[in-house]
Amino acid sequence: MKRYSQEISVAIAIAVLAAVLAFAAPSYFSHENLADLFLSNMPVLVVAIGMTLVVLTAEIDVSVGSIFAICGVAAGVIAKAGAPMLVVCLGACAIGAALGALNGALVAYVRIPSIVVTLATMTALRDGLRWATQGAWIADLPPSFQWFGLAQSTYPIAALATAVALVGATAWGLRHLAAGRAIYATGSNAEAARVAGIHTHRLVFLVFLFTGALTGFAAVFNSVRFNQIPSNAGLGLELKVIAAVVVGGTAITGGRGSIAGTVLGVILLGAIGPALTFLGTSAYWEQALQGVVIIAAIVIEALRSRAERRAAGLAAHRV
Amino acid sequence: MPTPILIAQSITKSFEGVRALKGVSFDLQGGEVHALIGENGAGKSTLIKVMTGAITADSGALVIKGHAVAHNNPSLARSLGVAAIYQQPSLFPHLTVTENIALALEQGDGRRRVDWKARGESARELLARAGALIDPGRLASTLSMPEQQIVEIAKAIGANAKILIMDEPTASLTDREVESLFKVIAELKSQGVGIIYISHRLEEIARIADRITVLRDGEAIATRDARQCDRAQMIQLMVGRAVNSVFPKRDVRRGEVALVLHGVSSRAAGVSNVSLEVRQGEILGIAGLVGSGRTQLAETIFGLTPADSGEILLGGKAVRVSAPADAIRNGIAYVPEDRRKHGVVLEMPISANTSLANLKAVARAGLIDSSEEDELADRFIHQLRIKASSAHATAGTLSGGNQQKVALSRWLATNPKILILDEPTQGVDVGSKSEIHSLMVELAERGMAVIMISSELPEILGMSDRIAVMRNGTVAAILSREESTQSKILSLAFGHTRSEEVA
Repeated sequence: MKRYSQEISVAIAIAVLAAVLAFAAPSYFSHENLADLFLSNMPVLVVAIGMTLVVLTAEIDVSVGSIFAICGVAAGVIAKAGAPMLVVCLGACAIGAALGALNGALVAYVRIPSIVVTLATMTALRDGLRWATQGAWIADLPPSFQWFGLAQSTYPIAALATAVALVGATAWGLRHLAAGRAIYATGSNAEAARVAGIHTHRLVFLVFLFTGALTGFAAVFNSVRFNQIPSNAGLGLELKVIAAVVVGGTAITGGRGSIAGTVLGVILLGAIGPALTFLGTSAYWEQALQGVVIIAAIVIEALRSRAERRAAGLAAHRV
Repeated sequence: MPTPILIAQSITKSFEGVRALKGVSFDLQGGEVHALIGENGAGKSTLIKVMTGAITADSGALVIKGHAVAHNNPSLARSLGVAAIYQQPSLFPHLTVTENIALALEQGDGRRRVDWKARGESARELLARAGALIDPGRLASTLSMPEQQIVEIAKAIGANAKILIMDEPTASLTDREVESLFKVIAELKSQGVGIIYISHRLEEIARIADRITVLRDGEAIATRDARQCDRAQMIQLMVGRAVNSVFPKRDVRRGEVALVLHGVSSRAAGVSNVSLEVRQGEILGIAGLVGSGRTQLAETIFGLTPADSGEILLGGKAVRVSAPADAIRNGIAYVPEDRRKHGVVLEMPISANTSLANLKAVARAGLIDSSEEDELADRFIHQLRIKASSAHATAGTLSGGNQQKVALSRWLATNPKILILDEPTQGVDVGSKSEIHSLMVELAERGMAVIMISSELPEILGMSDRIAVMRNGTVAAILSREESTQSKILSLAFGHTRSEEVA
């Protein structure tokens, strides 16, 4: 399956890593460590699902880290006001969606490049939050907030089920819904998509909105892990998320990629850092190694698409 | 006669098997204006590119100022005094006029120090010689189109050009600006510069050309003294060709009026006051020169650049088409000219490309039924004889003709009542071409109204029931099949409006 070659290479990389760990540091696979790894990466995964859609439409969103921080704080405030967890979740999602809609409107309707828009909102939202909270953390959360009021052992299962449902639904929708088709078409060739009757601007707007909502949702799942909510959460989250999307084979130029690839990208980048500690290497190497993985993924992708273009070029010359 | 400063002899050039120049000979004297005329695609641009070294000829000889140029290239041509000015000036928008001129003229490596004062002065002097007072300190992006053209001419003068090629220099100029350009040309002539002048405006050619060479289908048909060649003769020479290909056109009984345009204008598209109608079963050809607004008209009908005045009636009912989705819903389909840019999505398989404009047909409540989608694609692969391994083959891997058929499939899949085809057979092989023609006839027989834009006059004449000739963003005339001839169409397209030739 040539189409999934990037996904397969990432899966192989994960398998190799797992094999090395199984041999050199079997304790990596302890129940606690895996649960811990999953819980810390689950929010990254949820945001990455949205980011996959953004990148597929040939846009980018670097403001997710700031939206993440705002939604986390908002979740805490709503919870402290005594609202049930469902309302907390919906509230965080709504705020995330509103901020995503702001990005989307500026990109899709005002036609400002998304990197500029989201760089601006990234800074503005981050500093706005700092000003509003004066850097204070949200503490004294109600008992129903932490772990959603679940036992610490059942929460990971609930979180896993949520993640699987989100991944499954988005992947399925991308493949089988007309909206998913429109996303791929817009990212590959926006002009052709427009001629084919797709409302490309509205689509880009909605994708940003959806990503904002997912970021809000992720923020709730991040916040419930601690008994305080930091006002500077999600620093550097955008980089982690975009890296995972790209490593998972989604072309940064849009139009090609998959949710499955993104899941593998999150797993590889999330697993590789802690693995270093288990293998007795300094954790300081973590970022460097992640960088190497990203470069490797991009180089492989570039070589592959060049080969593909060459093949297509030859075909086109056969007129 | 003195020795010409440029001689091109038996130049041939092929692109992917298509012969663009078939042994063209051409010469230019110092101090003359030699006009080069011909239809779209006659080979004018190719010949110019051979002279400027932008492309290399397959065979033939090029002699510039007595030097036999075996392997021409842009810098060699420039050093021999060849300069070209195109319809679209190519200045650097964020640099000043002085810098633009200096970039073209100054040589040297990066360590060279710049004498800004001398630069500015030489720019000012060159601009004066080119006949305009432009502040050399202005940014190129602030210049009007004619001013940019003047800067291009100044560059050519500064480069000491002896052979100046002007490709449609007056296309975007007003009458007054044209006059001042002609003054500059006269001045250059008196300095012994030879000018190759390409224009679609035949009246200009009659005014300033000394000699005229007519190109047709890649051949130099004739070179005439301009005083002995009037516009009727020019058109006759440009056309001169018999319709030799066979078209599968059959007479179809025409049905109801499918589409009516009533004074449709779109300022954004440059389309003004277009009125026409198309009936079911009819093929309406749209002819006109490149830039006459044919594609823009199609885009207006299709809602890509919505009309801002006038009326569009579909099946007798006035409709508002403000986006392609509206057009599709109303049964209009549009197969654009540039299939790579606007047509097929190269990364997608044939199946997804086929269903893209009509996902409703293969989806229920937004859910795509992939087996139904494959069936749809397979049906068109079979019907249009698309050569592909399967419906899952990526569109980017297909040949040009097959990509065009995929683009057609997408629009036929919408079951349109009105099908607009923009250059449907441009760049496709002969076999696919006649298949596409047969398909058009078949669609018309099924009651579809077909609008075909084409630059190829034989195709227009061979396939159309009626022909709308466009000029300057509007329909100059509509001719019936019987009364249409190549020269009538061309003279209308060029702006010849003798009353007996207008329908």
